[in-house]
Amino acid sequence: MNLTLKIWRQKGPQDKGQMVEYKVTDISEHMSFLEMMDVLNESLVAKNEEPIAFDHDCREGICGMCSLQINGEPHGPDRGITTCQLHMRMFKDGDTIYIEPFRANAFPVIKDLVVDRMSFERIQQAGGYISVNTSGNTQDANSIPIPKHNADLSMDAAACIGCGACVASCKNSSAMLFVAAKVSQFALLPQGKIEATDRVKNMVAQMDLEGFGNCTNTGACEIECPKGISIENIARLNREYLTASI
Amino acid sequence: MTTLNSRIPEGPIKDKWTLYKDKINLVNPANKRNIDIIVIGTGLAGGSAAATLAELGYNVKAFAYQDSPRRAHSIAAQGGINAAKNYMGDGDSNYRLFYDTVKGGDYRSREANVYRLAEVSGNIIDQCVAQGVPFARDYGGLLDNRSFGGVLVSRTFYAKGQTGQQLLLGAYSAMNRQIARGKIEMFNRHEMLDVVKIDGKARGIIARNLITGEIERHSAHAVVVATGGYGNVYFLSTNAMGSNATAAWKIHKKGAYFANPCFTQIHPTCIPRSGDYQSKLTLMSESLRNDGRIWVPAKIEDAKAIQQGKLKPIQIAEENRDYYLERRYPAFGNLVPRDVASRAAKERCDAGFGVNATGEAVYLDFASAIKRYGTEQAKIHGIHNPSVEKITELGEAVIEEKYGNLFQMYEKIIDENPYKTPMMIYPATHYTMGGIWVDYNLMTTVPGLYCIGEANFSDHGANRLGASALMQGLADGYFVLPYTIGDYLADDIRTGKISTDGPEFDAAEKEIKDKLDFFINNKGTHSVDYFHKKLGLVMWNKVGMARNEKHLKEAIKEIQEIREDFWKNVKVPGSLYEFNQELEKAGRVADFLELGELFAKDALEREESCGGHFREEHITDDGEAKRDDVNFAYVAAWEYTGKPSEAILHKEELEFKDIELKTRSYK
Repeated sequence: MNLTLKIWRQKGPQDKGQMVEYKVTDISEHMSFLEMMDVLNESLVAKNEEPIAFDHDCREGICGMCSLQINGEPHGPDRGITTCQLHMRMFKDGDTIYIEPFRANAFPVIKDLVVDRMSFERIQQAGGYISVNTSGNTQDANSIPIPKHNADLSMDAAACIGCGACVASCKNSSAMLFVAAKVSQFALLPQGKIEATDRVKNMVAQMDLEGFGNCTNTGACEIECPKGISIENIARLNREYLTASI
Repeated sequence: MTTLNSRIPEGPIKDKWTLYKDKINLVNPANKRNIDIIVIGTGLAGGSAAATLAELGYNVKAFAYQDSPRRAHSIAAQGGINAAKNYMGDGDSNYRLFYDTVKGGDYRSREANVYRLAEVSGNIIDQCVAQGVPFARDYGGLLDNRSFGGVLVSRTFYAKGQTGQQLLLGAYSAMNRQIARGKIEMFNRHEMLDVVKIDGKARGIIARNLITGEIERHSAHAVVVATGGYGNVYFLSTNAMGSNATAAWKIHKKGAYFANPCFTQIHPTCIPRSGDYQSKLTLMSESLRNDGRIWVPAKIEDAKAIQQGKLKPIQIAEENRDYYLERRYPAFGNLVPRDVASRAAKERCDAGFGVNATGEAVYLDFASAIKRYGTEQAKIHGIHNPSVEKITELGEAVIEEKYGNLFQMYEKIIDENPYKTPMMIYPATHYTMGGIWVDYNLMTTVPGLYCIGEANFSDHGANRLGASALMQGLADGYFVLPYTIGDYLADDIRTGKISTDGPEFDAAEKEIKDKLDFFINNKGTHSVDYFHKKLGLVMWNKVGMARNEKHLKEAIKEIQEIREDFWKNVKVPGSLYEFNQELEKAGRVADFLELGELFAKDALEREESCGGHFREEHITDDGEAKRDDVNFAYVAAWEYTGKPSEAILHKEELEFKDIELKTRSYK
């Protein structure tokens, strides 16, 4: 298929940036979206032009590195996947595709489609852990049984890959789903309960400090989340935060 | 010349590690505050090491090329992590895990290291549970296990199909705690480009800030390399796009011996390639072989019809299917080790029985498992005389619970529903058992330079068993290196801060800058990927699943030619001092082009078949790998002397005192 691409180009963080049009031809429907970008970049290098910078690494939907806003949606039109798992069979011959970086104040652009997500790192550092030393002097793993239901819910929350699609999809650029996923993972486990109060308070405080917006329950994040993290986690975050605050 | 001293402690194998720890030199807590350690790579090995070293009190500087430690490729490990907990009561023990690993590695690993790995394995699970890793549990609330290839017990702990992710997030959270305390200084989006030696000791690195392009100097009292394997030498592999061998290759050029480069794992269950534009291959976890049955059509005419798209797999009757693993290896069936399963798939496809248009695919079928689970669920739910549809529905639900994310991944790539039609799979490069040579302390042949995780060679011999990579990465990082590094650093408590102003740093930085400038100014004719793909093709065709003398000699020559062409004609757009992904790739491919040659040279020199290394000249009468313990029971450790072709071979003879050397049989 032949496609028209309108891609955000921005030299560096201070540059203004603009949409630039490119044409690609003979794209196979079996290609992944990023393989289509590879083909485009190879052709740019051949023409002595600078290729388009975009983040990607594992290309199997788990590292959370890829971060493209495609036709206005984080990770594009398909559901339950990251950009690297999006395949060209989702598009038709002659389509025009708009490709932009994830947009949020807390995710400044580094170059072209690459954004800086250090704000997520700092939120995790504010409390996204259990304070146990890794020296191995812990009790036997089976000494505390955990109800399967809770372990499963904890795992569902822990499946978050930290890509930032929730932020990019939200009109408020809220990071509530991301923070809620981490808070929930620990809140559902006995090991995580000990520091639950400080954790939720510190992580939420850092989230606010980074300039993420608030949650107004539009639910866009849950729909766009490549890992299907449920907004029930946001409800749990709110409960945890409320309990911690009184 | 450095002599190869593996420093294996005295004493019976079961007591070596304990006795050794009792006598090892320690650094007191006040002195640890004055010692800096650089950790390069923050996957399971590097991340766990960085966190633990920081907890102990050392000042850690950690480097990752991604924007967060959480994105290292350990995250993609799906199936699970082994530990000799014997929670299932099925006869597991430290000795049995040790035995399975040595046997699975085809008797080319170091006994003492493997026993230690088995010994600390149980502790890893305790540790991870304490960190909040949400492992799968049964209805009683206890941890669940499953089976992996090459073993007869269930010892694999898992978190759905995302075990690597959950373990890495555990190590990452431990790191975050130390980053918040200021004990780890984290350098995201930085790439290590060389190690700096002062008076023969590793004392720092040269790194490039990948955002600004600046070249930086960092000093430390010891340097730990934990940068994973070199599978991307094949261009196509299950590794991440950025996974590279640069750190390992650079330290090799500075004096660290490279061991057994030809020991590479071709994983049997990956999604087959679809076209020339293919950028990487996707693994389907080995755990699928617990429930999936592998087959090809028994009749060649059926295979041809399938290749031409005229026949569907579900139209082939049971008696016309060849479940070739069950046929050839009745004892282990679909759960034979990876090297055996990969070669068997290649054998059937080479004979013309492949099941997709390229003829390079076999089926992995879940129909029997769906039926079996469905029938069991119907009983549990008290459904009498359930319909076929009901059984299928119930069975599919069980399969979804176990492997849902893998099935979804498959469907997105291939556009077929694997619940209804068998998956197509084919072997692909996955893991490298070879790597930097290390002693029992995990130190390389350069004092103060350590190598852990997949990047070193030590524990998996010639073939790695499933769910053992996560175990080794965390064992090295949490429980081994933090002890052994103290033995070396105990002599460094009076050294004080290491300066980055000396001639050694000047020289290393200049060399790096000159090379990067060369790339930018070369204005050649072909992109970096053009050369990488060419190298990958030679590696796959001539140094792949089956190797012979003629092909290996050709490969060495062809790789040299590609390398020469690369240095004449490579084109890198953009400039040095900016975010420049083509420039990053150029440096990595330059190193792969040297490593590839050493790889082929090592394969040529090893005149036996063992594990993932299969020499067509060395097979038994029934086509199985034929090992030569008289002449090749050694680790081949290569010393760099200026060119891969002139590398000098050092041999570490392997002694097997606790396990009898036997022909590996899974029949």
